[in-house]
Amino acid sequence: MSHHILELKDLYFSYPDGTEALKGISFKIFHGESVGIAGSNGSGKTTLLLNLAGHLLPTKGEVSIGEILLTKKTRHEIRRKVGLVFQRPDDQLFMPTVYEDVAFGPVNLGLPSEKVDERVRNALEMVGCLNLINRPPHRISEGQKSAVAIATVMAMKPDILVMDEPASNLDPKSRRQLINLLKGFKHTKIVASHDLDLILDVCERCMIMKDGEIVADGPAEEVLFNEALLGENNLELPLSRQNSRLSFR
Amino acid sequence: MSFDREYFNVGYLDSLSYRDTFVHKLDPRVKVLVSFIFILFVVSFPKYDLSGLMPYFIYPVFLLTAGDIPVKAIAKKVLYISPFAIFIGIFNPLLDTEVVLTLSGLPVTGGWISFLSIIVKFILTVSTALLLIAVTSFPGICEALARMKLPKVFVIQLLFLYRYLFVLLEEALRMLRARDARSSGKQGKDIKTFIRLISVLLLRTIERAERIYQAMLSRGFRGEIRVLNRHKLGIQDILFVIFSVGMFYIFRNFNIVGFLGETVSRSIR
Repeated sequence: MSHHILELKDLYFSYPDGTEALKGISFKIFHGESVGIAGSNGSGKTTLLLNLAGHLLPTKGEVSIGEILLTKKTRHEIRRKVGLVFQRPDDQLFMPTVYEDVAFGPVNLGLPSEKVDERVRNALEMVGCLNLINRPPHRISEGQKSAVAIATVMAMKPDILVMDEPASNLDPKSRRQLINLLKGFKHTKIVASHDLDLILDVCERCMIMKDGEIVADGPAEEVLFNEALLGENNLELPLSRQNSRLSFR
Repeated sequence: MSFDREYFNVGYLDSLSYRDTFVHKLDPRVKVLVSFIFILFVVSFPKYDLSGLMPYFIYPVFLLTAGDIPVKAIAKKVLYISPFAIFIGIFNPLLDTEVVLTLSGLPVTGGWISFLSIIVKFILTVSTALLLIAVTSFPGICEALARMKLPKVFVIQLLFLYRYLFVLLEEALRMLRARDARSSGKQGKDIKTFIRLISVLLLRTIERAERIYQAMLSRGFRGEIRVLNRHKLGIQDILFVIFSVGMFYIFRNFNIVGFLGETVSRSIR
């Protein structure tokens, strides 16, 4: 367990227009850990995730997944290990039916069709959407779309599950189902979100980003209950914590 | 607003294709093939042969009834496109004024006959094409086309078109609603605003395309999409082809209408 799976060393990233989005980020994530990344809008969360999955290449510094260093050559291999769930499920689900969409990744891995079928069914079973298998993505609800989007990534059997705002646009019940689903995964997880309650429920470790830097990194309960720190970063105490003052729990 | 209605119309034809009837269950390849052959047969009729076309109505009517498709949905769409066919044939009655028969004293020119045969051919082919979409899911049609060796680039274009048509329409719908919410009456509905709306829509689409491409890459996309084969030819599929193509052939080579007419008039006598 002590062996780390993801390491960032002094990572910098600038967009072509000159915006410096990441300014020297370093951290390690270990096997089986689930890490939340919180931060205000525009603090660089999405850019960081895109760098982890090799969609953007760092302008300076290093990203390594397991033993592999992220370079232009290894980015395909990295993407196979890092399962990235995008913020909007409509971007993630691009095939005409749920089945084909979930099958897209395994097919690209070159698996034979029985194996593909097995993976599709397992992944959909895992997120409780096996009944949607033949439906077109434009005819299922938002909550079902996000669940299927996670299935599409799970079918790739990634080493790390990386999610960008997984619960935005979800109604409370779908959100709760998603949280339970995520808690059930034994994977290494990285979740970027404004939803601090979700992070508190799902992650044991939490980082806070501000202007492209990590300003806090520690156990989720410690970081997310630090009112002064949260206030500085356009964040608020998680709602569950606010209620506990009224001895709600 | 009419855009809302149009949007739901597009979705309507699509939702029909997920029903579960005998024709819906046929292999999409069979339906594409038979419909294509049907269109070839219909188009092959000479321009004065109006009565010979009539038996062919049986095929769209069969799809309509067996597929449990409301006539209104199809009829409306045929009507919308009909101006094209009417304009193609409209000058025939003026150019071709030779009288070919008299109907209870009324002279009928060859031009009118050929005009009517254009209209009938139009109704037959277009309604069949629409019904094909209504009784076959679009991914099914794409699968059929891919397996019938249509170049993959086209098939994939069609698949993406189908998937994002609805997303794009919804996006446009939201933008139009936002515009209407803040434009009282006619204000803000001029062409200038419209051009801006369209350009914003284009930019959003490009951004979305980029995100989709990233999503594809993160799932191992390397420039190849495999279209899954999920249908198997069954006995009912083969029988359907043999039976319908056989019927089209009989309609083409034997004068069914004349035969029926003679039998009926003989029995009346």
